[in-house]
Amino acid sequence: MKLPRPVIPTLVALAFFGGWEWLVSSGRVNDVLVPAPSQILQWFLEALKSGELLSATWVTMRRLIIGFAIGVSLGVPLGALSAQVRWIRDTIGVLALGLQTLPSVCWVPLALLWFGIREEAVLFVVVMGTIWAVVIAVQEAVLNVPPLFLRAAQTMGSNGWHLWSHVIFPAALPGVISGMKQGWAFAWRSLMAAEIFVVIVTGFGLGSLLNAGRELLRMDQVMGVMAVVMLVGLLADLIFFAPIERWLRRSRGLAR
Amino acid sequence: MSLAPSNSSNPVALALRDVTKRFHGAAGEVTALENITLDVHEGEFLAIVGPSGCGKSTLLSLLAGLEHTNEGTIELDHEAVHAPGRDRLVMFQQDALFPWLNVLENVLFGLRLKPGLSDAERVESARYYLNLVGLGNKEKSRPHELSGGMRQRVALARSLAPNPRVLLMDEPFSALDAITREQLYSDIQEIFTKRQKTIILVTHNIREAVCLGDRVALFSPHPGRVQRVFDIQLPRPRRMNDPALATLAAEVTAELSIHLSQPS
Repeated sequence: MKLPRPVIPTLVALAFFGGWEWLVSSGRVNDVLVPAPSQILQWFLEALKSGELLSATWVTMRRLIIGFAIGVSLGVPLGALSAQVRWIRDTIGVLALGLQTLPSVCWVPLALLWFGIREEAVLFVVVMGTIWAVVIAVQEAVLNVPPLFLRAAQTMGSNGWHLWSHVIFPAALPGVISGMKQGWAFAWRSLMAAEIFVVIVTGFGLGSLLNAGRELLRMDQVMGVMAVVMLVGLLADLIFFAPIERWLRRSRGLAR
Repeated sequence: MSLAPSNSSNPVALALRDVTKRFHGAAGEVTALENITLDVHEGEFLAIVGPSGCGKSTLLSLLAGLEHTNEGTIELDHEAVHAPGRDRLVMFQQDALFPWLNVLENVLFGLRLKPGLSDAERVESARYYLNLVGLGNKEKSRPHELSGGMRQRVALARSLAPNPRVLLMDEPFSALDAITREQLYSDIQEIFTKRQKTIILVTHNIREAVCLGDRVALFSPHPGRVQRVFDIQLPRPRRMNDPALATLAAEVTAELSIHLSQPS
């Protein structure tokens, strides 16, 4: 008999969380160090009821979406420009490679100095986290457009902006989307780092909530926030990126 | 060298005069084409054949305006060619169909760039050429859903639809299996006879050249030169397994081997 696909993952999860719960409730593991799943769940429900969790999630999502949107809308044209113009690739393209390896939390001291303890400082850090991954991905995607497409389009009279909008951009779209996905992941990391390291008076986000848990020695809160951060990341992929990628694969015959 | 064209009554469409093209490669300067002089007449099917390195694909890029000559001139209807234009459309070696567009939209790509047509006329024209290549029922398909032969037919429809003065074919059959190729040879001949289009085909397949061309220009390599031009006076439609065609192809092959056996 063949089991339905969800059966095994469910059993594994039950065993994992059951074992964890048992280890903590039987006193074998100190619940100050590692809270039991039930304690984390309890914090989650309370924080949900008090509205604390939703407002923190909202603050964080707002920063994330605005920062990501700025990063993408600057990164896509910059990446395209970098692919098209040699000297820009030799300058900004190379700089982007370097800056991509720099964890964007390194920008926090400068951001605070330049913008003060304000929303702009957080956004700056998020943008710096997003933009370089997007620039590099878009540049690569554009440089990898098959020359045959360009030749074919040019003989049919396409050039300039038409060539960009009707050939280069659609051809590069899969690469641009995966660049955006990477940018999204980097934006998340940057924002969490910024929120944990910096007390920002303009809004209490998930990172701040996690940090508050640390200061109160409430590991149920710390782990609860970690779970929420993972959940939001998964949901973003499920709702936004996965459908786009599925559509691209299907319509271009890349589906497996 | 014989330059006597078979359609000599027709006016010259494309005129090449002393065309020379050089490339700067890793091994220094390479002369891809040297002093090519050819006339292609209105409604003529010229096949250019030769071994690799004879510059035949380079010649096609020059005609398409995708590359520039170092010396000499190329004129279409007495006007110099120096940029891509929809009066010279290219059917490429692999199908260069756009995977983000369906079949109809692919055929419409060139038509949409042609001024002076209404959208309805464009769609009508695209459908006409899709029917001509036998794919009228596939207009909503995506390129990846079609076989290699069907894709090349769409590419043919796409190149024909804007009604170019000259159709340039860059080894469009080389990636296809023998049966599909055979089918396309007869389709192309039928369309050629029906539409009286001026066509230049580049190929390394001598039989294919003899099967399709009114004239076959044999190119020799290093540097690329016109070695000899053959008049092919077989009736159409021609079949690949026709013995008369095989005899002519053998003649061209013999001429080619004379050159290849000579020390260069």
